[in-house]
Amino acid sequence: MLCSGREESEMGSNLTFNYYEVASVVVFSIGFTMLFLNKNLIKKAIGFNFMDSAIFLFLASNGYITGRISPILSNGVTSSEQYINPIPAGLVLTGIVVSVSVTAFFLALITRLYSHYHTLDMDELIAHSRTEADL
Amino acid sequence: MKLSPSLERFINWVEGEDVFPVPEAKPVPRARKAPARRRRKTGAPFFRPGKTLPVVYDMIAVIVCITVILTLLITVSWLPRFGGETNPHLNEVYARYIESGLDEAGAVNTVAGMILDYRAFDTLGESNVLFIAVCSVLILLRADRKEKDGSLNIPELQIPWSAPSEDPVFRASAYILVPATALFGIYVVLNGHLSAGGGFSGGAVIGASMILYVNAFGWEKMDRFFTYNTYKWIMFFSLITYTVLKTWSFYTGANGIESGIPLGNPGAILSSGLILPLNICVGLVVACTMYSFYALFRKGGIGNGK
Amino acid sequence: MNLAVAFLLGFLIVCAAAVALTKNLLAAVLIQMGYSTIMSVIWLLLESPDLAITEAAVGAGVTSILFFVALLRIGAIARARKEERKK
Repeated sequence: MLCSGREESEMGSNLTFNYYEVASVVVFSIGFTMLFLNKNLIKKAIGFNFMDSAIFLFLASNGYITGRISPILSNGVTSSEQYINPIPAGLVLTGIVVSVSVTAFFLALITRLYSHYHTLDMDELIAHSRTEADL
Repeated sequence: MKLSPSLERFINWVEGEDVFPVPEAKPVPRARKAPARRRRKTGAPFFRPGKTLPVVYDMIAVIVCITVILTLLITVSWLPRFGGETNPHLNEVYARYIESGLDEAGAVNTVAGMILDYRAFDTLGESNVLFIAVCSVLILLRADRKEKDGSLNIPELQIPWSAPSEDPVFRASAYILVPATALFGIYVVLNGHLSAGGGFSGGAVIGASMILYVNAFGWEKMDRFFTYNTYKWIMFFSLITYTVLKTWSFYTGANGIESGIPLGNPGAILSSGLILPLNICVGLVVACTMYSFYALFRKGGIGNGK
Repeated sequence: MNLAVAFLLGFLIVCAAAVALTKNLLAAVLIQMGYSTIMSVIWLLLESPDLAITEAAVGAGVTSILFFVALLRIGAIARARKEERKK
């Protein structure tokens, strides 16, 4: 299983075969535009969540090998030709729990901002804080 | 027919009534014509998104988004084929984890053996991230003052102290669901090294069962066994136990000493060395974290009005 | 590439687009909950049962509950202000 015999891929050659990666990139970009272009803070938080989830899909779909089963050793077979790669699954497991922590922190910030400025709109928030700072 | 208030609220949601109103985007106020306004110390004019032409901002934002999307799609087309067998990430590390995982870690579940034995330091960092997140949310959301009857002095959160849910269907189903979910969560945590599951999954399920319990039966009943002190000591002891166990493992491994931890029969519950106690520690941390997030948002404190 | 995988991935993209285009915040959070559930099924198709259990409990469970409670708190604050103004 050493790194040998890697095929050279041309540009645009694997776009229709990497459908999991394409879907994850599309969802990532939708989340990115939600984070960037929406003014509502809750929509930004949801966009952030989408970005996280899409990156996990991208990572774990890189660990899959066609025709093999999940890395729980069954019947004592320990040959590495039978199982998929367990390393990306381990990374994503940590990432999912960190993603919920970041979402909770983001929502706590939004709650405090709302109770101080009474608006969820980003432009209004910046305008209010500038007028407060100028006073 | 008189409906319970929670059912009426749900019907209002479904009918599209404005239960959570989105605030209207009011036009941004123009800067006041103050005669002699002091400039900032830096002197440079700062960027005001409301005053600068919003069209330019929107156009640049759209161009940046389209550039990001196209770059990512082109990169995906360069990647190796999905599911291929000679992909570059299939090297000797992955082979070592699967072939020697049973002898060295003793875990049948290779993913659990990897994150709690080979790469246990990362899991310690992740537990610390959960702890820090709860500390930050505690700083932001904990309510300060406490009335005599135990309810918190936030006018918009006037939740009476012992407020079980008034809905009889909810309470009756919670009688069955809460013990079943908690038992399932404990099963998933204990079986982390044998089949799918582990500390993270089981901890999240236990946390969800605690949230269901507190919603159905009220905060006073929850306070009988989960107060702020309980939370504090559970987190402290879980993290300290994890650190001490893994320090022993690192020390014996680095100095070539035999660690005295038996690996047992693969496939039995009491096997695979330290993975079972570490799974329990991680499960407790995750369960307490999930419940504390909910309690801090809903009530402003983790139990007992603190 | 069979039809079931194509359907599920298309569902993901449609969910994400729907959240970006809706104006009602409650609807956005509900659609995100559905997105998490379908993601949990996709983890099973990628042969990772650990991730499936974790995503189902965390994504479709705790994260969505946190969003609902945050919306409740913001709605409650807005309602309290309206009542203050009425007085």
